[in-house]
Amino acid sequence: MPTFTMRIFRGDTARGEFRDYRVEAEEGMVVLDVIHRVQATQAPDLAVRWNCKAGKCGSCSAEVDGRPRLMCMTRMELFSEREPVTVAPIRAFPLIRDLVTDVSFNFEKAKTIPPLRLKPPEPDGTYRMMQEDIDRIQEFHKCIECFLCQDVCHVIRDHEENKRAFAGPRVFIKVASLEMHPLDTRDRTEFVRATASVGLCNITKCCTEVCPEGIHITDNAIIPLKERMADSFDPIVWLLRKFRGQTTQPA
Amino acid sequence: MNGHAVSQARPPIAAAHLRKDTWWALPLAVVGVLTSFIVYSTWAALQNAHYFVAPYLSPFYSPCLSKSCLHLTLGRGLPEFTVPIIGVVSPALLILWGPALFRLTCYYYRKAYYRSFWLAPVACAVRDVKAGYTGETRFPLILQNFHRYAWYVAVVFIVFLTWDAILAFRFPDGFGIGVGTLVMWLNVILLAGYTFSCHSCRHICGGHVDVFSKSPTRYTLWHVISRLNERHPMYAWLSLGSVGLTDLYIRLVSMGVIRDLRLL
Amino acid sequence: MANADYETHEHDVIVIGAGGAGLRAAIEAAAQGVSVGLVCKSLLGKAHTVMAEGGIAAALGNVWPEDNWQVHFRDTMRGGKMLNNWRMAQLHAQEAPERVLELERWGALFDRTKDGRILQRDFGGHRYARLAHVGDRTGLEMIRTLQYHGIHQGIDVYMECTIARLLKDGERVSGAVGYWRPHGKVVLFKAKAIVLATGGIGKAWKITSNSWEYTGDGHALALWAGADLIDMEFVQFHPTGMVWPPSVRGILVTEGVRGDGGMLKNNQGERFMFNYIPEFFKGETADNEEEADRWYDDKRNNRRTPDLLPRDEVARAINAEMKAGRGSPHGGVYLDIASRRTADYIRKRLPSMYHQFKELAGVDITKEPMEVGPTCHYVMGGVRVDADSTAATVPGLFAAGEVAGGMHGSNRLGGNSLSDLLVFGRRAGLHAALYAKDFGGALTVDAGQVDAVARELVEPLARVGGENPYAIQADLQETMQSLVGLIRTERELEEALRKLEALKARAKRVRVEGGRTYNPGWHTALDLRSLLAVAECCALAALERKESRGGHTRDDHPYTDDQWGKVNVVLRLKNGTLQLSREPLPEMPGELRALFQERK
Ligand SMILES: Cc1cc2nc3c(=O)[nH]c(=O)nc-3n(C[C@H](O)[C@H](O)[C@H](O)COP(=O)(O)OP(=O)(O)OC[C@H]3O[C@@H](n4cnc5c(N)ncnc54)[C@H](O)[C@@H]3O)c2cc1C
Ligand code: SF4
Ligand code: SF4
Ligand code: FES
Ligand code: FES
Repeated sequence: MPTFTMRIFRGDTARGEFRDYRVEAEEGMVVLDVIHRVQATQAPDLAVRWNCKAGKCGSCSAEVDGRPRLMCMTRMELFSEREPVTVAPIRAFPLIRDLVTDVSFNFEKAKTIPPLRLKPPEPDGTYRMMQEDIDRIQEFHKCIECFLCQDVCHVIRDHEENKRAFAGPRVFIKVASLEMHPLDTRDRTEFVRATASVGLCNITKCCTEVCPEGIHITDNAIIPLKERMADSFDPIVWLLRKFRGQTTQPA
Repeated sequence: MNGHAVSQARPPIAAAHLRKDTWWALPLAVVGVLTSFIVYSTWAALQNAHYFVAPYLSPFYSPCLSKSCLHLTLGRGLPEFTVPIIGVVSPALLILWGPALFRLTCYYYRKAYYRSFWLAPVACAVRDVKAGYTGETRFPLILQNFHRYAWYVAVVFIVFLTWDAILAFRFPDGFGIGVGTLVMWLNVILLAGYTFSCHSCRHICGGHVDVFSKSPTRYTLWHVISRLNERHPMYAWLSLGSVGLTDLYIRLVSMGVIRDLRLL
Repeated sequence: MANADYETHEHDVIVIGAGGAGLRAAIEAAAQGVSVGLVCKSLLGKAHTVMAEGGIAAALGNVWPEDNWQVHFRDTMRGGKMLNNWRMAQLHAQEAPERVLELERWGALFDRTKDGRILQRDFGGHRYARLAHVGDRTGLEMIRTLQYHGIHQGIDVYMECTIARLLKDGERVSGAVGYWRPHGKVVLFKAKAIVLATGGIGKAWKITSNSWEYTGDGHALALWAGADLIDMEFVQFHPTGMVWPPSVRGILVTEGVRGDGGMLKNNQGERFMFNYIPEFFKGETADNEEEADRWYDDKRNNRRTPDLLPRDEVARAINAEMKAGRGSPHGGVYLDIASRRTADYIRKRLPSMYHQFKELAGVDITKEPMEVGPTCHYVMGGVRVDADSTAATVPGLFAAGEVAGGMHGSNRLGGNSLSDLLVFGRRAGLHAALYAKDFGGALTVDAGQVDAVARELVEPLARVGGENPYAIQADLQETMQSLVGLIRTERELEEALRKLEALKARAKRVRVEGGRTYNPGWHTALDLRSLLAVAECCALAALERKESRGGHTRDDHPYTDDQWGKVNVVLRLKNGTLQLSREPLPEMPGELRALFQERK
């Protein structure tokens, strides 16, 4: 059985350091298993968040060898026994202890999103949606709220002052899923521009790179939102809309 | 509401990053390639020579507008454009602002140069080099949002380049195909691939629609463009290469350094 | 007034648990205009419901117009071997379609039929394709929809807060005490009505599809508060959990794999399920491969494949194959969808299964079969409730979702849980709100009770020497796995009870290192109390029921006994001791009973 050196961040905001633990890993083990083994045998108070152990709940976000990842979906086979494997908490958010951070920023931002405003039903009282109407937003609904994208986004990760204005990629895919929802009647372009500050995103795609669900956050959500925002000051689009008599209601 | 608020402080980890891989390799390569292209294209554009050899026209000089132009794009051509002191302005400089702006404001190139030149961020989970950051919220970067206008221009260029490529079959002795013809066609195809896989194009052609089932044509269009769009970065690099190499090929042939092989 | 010492929140209704049931309850209560607090152990949106894969059962009749609530009701009762509370099963079948459509109006996106309605898929024990679904991540869709609908309804959410004890004012509940997991401080909730929606108990077993949260807290809270638990012997072992690699053993493989065409095979390549069709289901199950294959496309003229028998039947069959030495190399059987469906189909219908096997086991399910075996999954038993109002036997206490008992009888059909959460979550929220509105008099909590709980909470931190909480938990899981598992005997159950006594004694000496700030060792130690309580209830009830039925199989009583089909095993605490009794099931009215006669 291979033995790894796990270099795990221990501590709180006052004091913290990386500490090395030697752990054996069986075939097929993931980082979270190894962390649990440390917890059960060497450091019973090692704080870590997890639930499903199958990449479905998005609880176990951390930074393994400097890369934001789900611990439960990161196999130990990726690493070499010869070098220590560092495990750090996600660094963009306030620390609670060890590998656990306070992610309430994300829940606060989620509350600001203008909710669905439903169209009237069809004459027979039902709602119809075709598969092709929802394929695009089903991708966004895969989000497990691991907040790895929020963590890696340099807009807030490296510039704390932007946290007030910037909502972050997770919020953008949520907004995009509402904006493109076939039954929705609300216009959120002003929200996207002013409240969520999409302009702060420089589409450098780190959110997409780390998303464990493989959601094309930048290409399929953020850029389309930027384009929709551009529509609002594009005279050609404006003319076309006038011509077709389309109206949208602001959020 | 929750009981978290243990503190507002982040984990006390000083390192700018904890990555162990060669995250710097990619941005470095981008700097290398983009810089070489810019240097070469600027030099080529200033030459105002060796951009035409019948029936091939360098894409840097298309459409050929001025009277002195050797090409047949637009019949008679416009009067020569001279500036005091500088003298005759290379027609390329009148042309290249279009494609240049298109690429400059391209969503993909923005990613590439924000990362490798701006270092914001140079790689994921590696700390930004500069302390302040305002993204694309202020002048001049806010103008990036006008990318779609650059796209409209780029489409016009595709039309011209296609015309040039068609003319590349018209040798002085009649119809023919040379290696140069193939080079020009490949270039147009890659450029078209780049232009029509553009995010703005994807939005304008169908992405703005909310209920696809009610607009089947735009849905199909959007669907096709979306497939292309997945390869936008690839087209961006390949077409960048092909434009430069097409110019180089024609330049070398016109300088007599190499000979164009006639295939048909 | 000792209460001032603790952070205190007061609401008309407190909902404990923010899975499907809890969220739906909170939304409904808020809609009634009362003030609502929602408390959960982990972050909002991470509850078990998020892991549900296959779908929500509701007789929408979109794919098979023949389907209706009566058929769904009948399937549910038969799946539960007629031990279900008939009224719950009826309400469930009748209201599920409206609850699903309501989710859609709140923004949920189910996969679609060609004419733009909600697509439904096949699942075990359901006569028609009935499960509304989103690929294989239906629970995610459901919890997000409820979560994002809920955040705009003025509900106060208290996340990462564990409730340790309910408080009572005389006979009725008056509040709850808990602690914040992040910083470990004690918090007091005062409430006129409390809804329990804490989910299940599966963490008492070693091989389980359940997470750390499933320590049976709600069951124990109710029991300690004097409420009745029923049917605790019925634990569902899902036939298909992952078996390899060891670290992922137990993680669920959705029944959707079989619903979409997956076949169970032994190491000889034989589709062994044809050898295990019980008398009870003979009439409706195909007895040869050709008919079973045809059934996927033509349900009118063919009987369903035995691969989709109810879970208890399939789990036992797999167990028998493994015992007979016909298992796969890592101790399971094969589940093969690759040889029936195209790679594209599989990736589209079962994306997260594809991902899960690829990432965790290095198996490409579009090319190779999966190895699967039974895993502890769901507890049918729970708090005894009134079917219409979900009221427990203690005034002011309500329960919905997996923590409530009765709805599923002795075995739950796949997909019936998510619909259960919506139907009874809503009812719980509604009736808790109505109860709170009617509530007369003042709300008082006894400071002594609060102080006692608060003291008890910190004891493990103060002890010296003592037992490691992780070791006790592991021993408990080992005990339940080997002695109170899929197949049970009197001797083993008695041994389990003896071992549980010993574990209880050890748990009294449990000690944890470190402080109160996010200390998982401490949390594990505290969860042991409820885990041990539910384990004991399960073993006791299993010992009592001397027959085999649904999720309860006794090797020493292998047959189903009609007499036992008329009673529930009820557990309650009287003066600190656990009492057990057999109490008759509610009588099903004639017109519903008729549904079971008109068999084709
Ligand atoms: C892998 C998997 C797949 C499944 N697939 C399906 C399926 O396809 N179809 C189907 O119908 N069913 C399925 N199920 C079953 C179904 O998901 C669960 O039964 C259901 O989600 C339970 O919901 P709930 O609302 O009762 O509880 P949960 O969703 O589990 O929520 C429990 C809540 O209670 C909280 N809680 C617990 N204890 C405390 C405490 N002491 N203090 C405060 N809060 C507490 C938790 O934090 C959590 O928020 C599946 C289950 C699993 C595990
Ligand atoms: S693409 Fe935008 S949102 Fe995503 S990480 Fe980069 S800056 Fe942040
Ligand atoms: S978008 Fe991806 S990375 Fe971001 S929270 Fe959702 S699943 Fe995680
Ligand atoms: S534990 Fe659920 S995603 Fe890792
Ligand atoms: S050209 Fe790259 S996005 Fe438009």
